[in-house]
Amino acid sequence: MDDGLLRVDQVTKQYGDRVITRVLHGVSFDLAPGEFAALVGPSGSGKSTLLHLLGLLDRPTSGRIVLRGCDTAGLGQRALGAFRGRTLGFVFQFHHLLPAFTALENVMMPALAARGRPDQDMRRRATALLERVGLSDRLNYRATDLSGGQQQRVAVARALSMSPALVLADEPTGNLDTESGDQVFALLREFNREQGTAFLLVTHDPRLAARCDRVIDLVDGRVRSDRRDPRAASGGDRPAGPA
Amino acid sequence: MPFEWMVALRYLREGRVQSLLILTGVAVGVGVIVFLSALIGGLQDSLIQRTLGTQAHIVLRRPDEMPRTLIDREGGAGITARVERPAQRLRSVLQWQQAMDAIGRVPGVTAVTPTVTGAAFARQGTANRAVLLRGVDPTSFQRIIDIKARIVAGRFDVTAADAVIGVELASALGLTVGDKLRLVAPDDRSDVVTVRGIFDIGNKDANERWVFVSLRSAQTLLDLAGGVSTIEVRVSDIFSAEPVAVQLTAATGLQADSWMRTNTQLLVGLRSQSQSSVMIQVFVIIAVALGIASVLVVSVVQKSREIGILKAIGTPTRRIIRVFLIEGALVGLSGSVLGIALGAALALFFASLATNPDGSSTFPVNLTVALFVRSACIATATGIVAAAAPAHRAARLDPVEVIRYG
Repeated sequence: MDDGLLRVDQVTKQYGDRVITRVLHGVSFDLAPGEFAALVGPSGSGKSTLLHLLGLLDRPTSGRIVLRGCDTAGLGQRALGAFRGRTLGFVFQFHHLLPAFTALENVMMPALAARGRPDQDMRRRATALLERVGLSDRLNYRATDLSGGQQQRVAVARALSMSPALVLADEPTGNLDTESGDQVFALLREFNREQGTAFLLVTHDPRLAARCDRVIDLVDGRVRSDRRDPRAASGGDRPAGPA
Repeated sequence: MPFEWMVALRYLREGRVQSLLILTGVAVGVGVIVFLSALIGGLQDSLIQRTLGTQAHIVLRRPDEMPRTLIDREGGAGITARVERPAQRLRSVLQWQQAMDAIGRVPGVTAVTPTVTGAAFARQGTANRAVLLRGVDPTSFQRIIDIKARIVAGRFDVTAADAVIGVELASALGLTVGDKLRLVAPDDRSDVVTVRGIFDIGNKDANERWVFVSLRSAQTLLDLAGGVSTIEVRVSDIFSAEPVAVQLTAATGLQADSWMRTNTQLLVGLRSQSQSSVMIQVFVIIAVALGIASVLVVSVVQKSREIGILKAIGTPTRRIIRVFLIEGALVGLSGSVLGIALGAALALFFASLATNPDGSSTFPVNLTVALFVRSACIATATGIVAAAAPAHRAARLDPVEVIRYG
């Protein structure tokens, strides 16, 4: 019944025991494989919270998150971690690279963490990804020795290293100058077109949102609008999601 | 290299100052343990060596004579009898050749020798000294106590009418090698022997009183024709002497006294010394463990952001725990290598500070591979145990907190 990639069904999230803060009030939407969507909204609207729930880093208070046909509520902590590693990629606002490791090691890290020890295949794939994001000459640079834009490109390569079906990106260009930001966005777009990876981008930047196929607008913990970009609709090959 | 090792090594290399601090702590702790163990072990060994240098590990003799009461204790109600214990005469071990064979077959026994031991007087002119006559078979006795190494003049030769005496007796009677000496038994039997060698066994009493003669001379003087008074035994493991003695009694019916029983005071002293050494080591280990744990806890706090990232990209919790356990083990192991070097150097330096007149050290140290391996194992295990709490703290970190606020 769930042939889509992601199905978010009446998800709520609240924090606190005595003083209850409701962040999400029944959010629902679907995401099809290969979609390139933006999640926009003012500060405090619950975008990051929703992203963490979708990223299986946190659990909703109520509602269902079905990823690739699997209801994630039924997974234990360990299975959740493994499922996350296989299915999802992350690009964070502050890149969150591991400073003690080189660019190559950072990109290999998700595969390494899952499989336990490095192999030639892992190294080849990480090298190819870094070449793809234009950092073939920075493979053995420490993460801390790279510029902000370069670090974020390494983070993009890392997010894609396990060939995830969906990449969640939290303000991927938020800390970058316009030029670096554009480069990173272009990369995401290319990976989306070439490999059919779905992307969900949290952004404040209306300029970026306008360049996405779909824009989900979150206000006060509710989906206010969910529009498909006419350009994408005319592309024709995207399955129609519910409004 | 497996993921956990790679991350652990990288983190140790990253946190240079912390790693150095923790290594120094472990090294000092292990150094203290090695130094202390080497010193105490050395002192104990030397004490035992000195004690066993002059006595056999086990001495077997005929069981004491017991009075045979003529009154039936069970039936003789109302009769009180004072049963006097007879004085113990010098008697031969019955069928001592067979007993020797039986003793030689008991596992753990490495040498057996028959001896005839009894009181006598050494007379030289008008001087008269009470001595302990020890009739020995020189070849087999040498395997029990290394007399040859302690000969200071002449040689250890006790065939026919020869004798070997101690330095104190020699000087008291004014004897040198080649001089004659009259030995007189309590029942006035006497024999003249030639002094063939003079020994210094490191024990004033023995140097003053022991007179080694041939087995046959002693048998004649002490009226024990063809017999032996005691059988002396050496065992491979000195601390198994007591259990072996029990076996020997069972095998031969003779009374067997191990050195452990004849030197109970020494053993009690050694044991309490060992216990206090163990106590000190335990406290050192606790201090080292707390040191490792506190530095690792700080490192977990400092690295919480990275741990959160590792978790967010799908690293299983067990791997994160292992990273910190490996860090603890590595710190323990490498610190112990430094500590062993430090402790051994300190011990050797200490040993070189003061020497006895014979060139041996006043503070003998006992540095063994077993001590090194044991110290390294203790330090590594301590490192792992100390890392357990920080590792679980890391495992409990919530990646969302870290990513949102990190």
